[in-house]
Amino acid sequence: MTSATASAPTHADARRRSRRIRPTTWAALGFAAPLIIYIVVFYVAPLAQNMSMSLHRFTRRTFVTGDAPFAGLDVYGEVLADPTFWNTLRQTLIFVVLSIVCQYSIGLALAVFFNQNFRLSGVLRGAFLVPWLLPPMISGTTWQWMMDADNGIINRIIGVFGIDPVWWLQADHSLWAVIIANIWLGIPFNLVILYSGLQNISTDLYEAAALDGCNAWQRFWRITFPLLRPVTMITLLLGFVYTLKTVDIIWIMTQGSGSSQTLATWAYAMAFGKGHSSTIRYSEASVVGTILMVIALAFAFVYLWAQRRDEEGR
Amino acid sequence: MAHRSTWWKTLIGVVLTLIMLFPVYWMVNIAFTERSAIRSGDLYPKAFTLENFQRVFTDQMPYLGTSLVVALSCVLVTLVIALPAAYAIAILRLGGARTVNFLLVVAQMIPAVVMALGFYQIFTALGLLDTIPGLILADSTIAVPFAVMLLTSFMSGMPSSLIEAARIDGASNWCIFARIVVPLSRNAVVTTSLFAFLWAWSDFMFASTLDAGGGRLRPITMGIYDYIGAQNQEWGPLMATAVVASIPTALLLIVAQRYVAAGVTAGAIKD
Repeated sequence: MTSATASAPTHADARRRSRRIRPTTWAALGFAAPLIIYIVVFYVAPLAQNMSMSLHRFTRRTFVTGDAPFAGLDVYGEVLADPTFWNTLRQTLIFVVLSIVCQYSIGLALAVFFNQNFRLSGVLRGAFLVPWLLPPMISGTTWQWMMDADNGIINRIIGVFGIDPVWWLQADHSLWAVIIANIWLGIPFNLVILYSGLQNISTDLYEAAALDGCNAWQRFWRITFPLLRPVTMITLLLGFVYTLKTVDIIWIMTQGSGSSQTLATWAYAMAFGKGHSSTIRYSEASVVGTILMVIALAFAFVYLWAQRRDEEGR
Repeated sequence: MAHRSTWWKTLIGVVLTLIMLFPVYWMVNIAFTERSAIRSGDLYPKAFTLENFQRVFTDQMPYLGTSLVVALSCVLVTLVIALPAAYAIAILRLGGARTVNFLLVVAQMIPAVVMALGFYQIFTALGLLDTIPGLILADSTIAVPFAVMLLTSFMSGMPSSLIEAARIDGASNWCIFARIVVPLSRNAVVTTSLFAFLWAWSDFMFASTLDAGGGRLRPITMGIYDYIGAQNQEWGPLMATAVVASIPTALLLIVAQRYVAAGVTAGAIKD
């Protein structure tokens, strides 16, 4: 979305600009000043604070007294040497990758389906948005009750098919439980973006392909899927970034117990002494937070690189 | 009739929607079920009661009020920051707009945990911890980057002839902003406000960390969390609260969908 608006200026642009109002730089700065101050105070300051905490040894006591000793990269070393970190990282990757792959595939299938414009398709597509707009903690609560081992409706349903009740929210199953709920949460977002992407594909292409004797399956893989590539990439990027930092749905359902602990919930528990982390560990939490940011940024750069390669290839 | 051959698609669509919305139905179902019957898991509220909702209105009203204040103020803060900034970038062609855009993209990637931890320390120093203004400011960080980007792309699409004409008539920058650009951006403002409201209303991270000790001045997400944290979880009142907390979502969705659709068709007719 942003890259499209930031395209290189062309001659027409330059001409329009000179004909347009002279760029009144001071006025522009004045109007942008609230945002610039806002960015510094509300993004740069917390980030700097977080960085500083990860480089000092903060405990409950030194947090209050404010004389936390400088620790350099020691805390980073300790976190990286902790087997819990690597286990949590593995769970985080399973959570993120499985969530995104399923959200995307189901969202795409639904987008193609709803793109056929049958009676009521608009209304039904609107109804699909509800899970996206509900507060995640409400969805989490509902899923928690549905997955209750003794009284949950899900165990009752699978019981009809002769499957034994599953302890969804405990131990090794909890990762699957939060993945299922998170997929449900993310389908509408994928559906909306991919549907608008489909709307931009010209129907002429499909008609031509139909004349050439392509069946629906071929039309999807030869036309729809390749042409959706830019939309697919931005959907996956946004999905990755949002899923990576998810806390609320996991926290509400399992409090990060069992295998459902991710880097984000782990950092949350350590930073605020919640759940299984009864002692507050500020420095470790900010180290994990910083690592989370680095992963998100790395993924964003991969996206930018792939996008540039795509544009040059054309 | 073109639709005759596609009735089965409608049927499949309805079935898919019902499956998708089943958890929402289940929430409503539990909310209307008597306490004694909740564990029997009937497919409809056989043991119907309104008692759970009575509990909501006696227990949760202050939290709902706080949430409303926080979410509305958050919309206001977001617009006050984002509207002039978008005007500077899109209409006044601010130098370094690309840098600002890049910063906004990065800002959206910062995990909420990192933000909450940073805010926690800053708010402790400033005495903003467990206060409503603190929560409003923190919640606004979820929406501001999105708002600036959305409003900028909307304003970039405005006909420059309008602004030029006003300029020739001697209108000041402020005048053009307040009298022309903002009124013309109405649809984008509605969309922005809707999302800013919803995100602040739904927020759990900042509420549970920066306003945990706020007592009755906490948002509804914390009201729900109290039920979850209780020793014997009471699912009836919990789900009833969830239903009530979902109402603004549903209402706003219906109102804003009309606005968004109006914006799309207006653009199509003009072309």
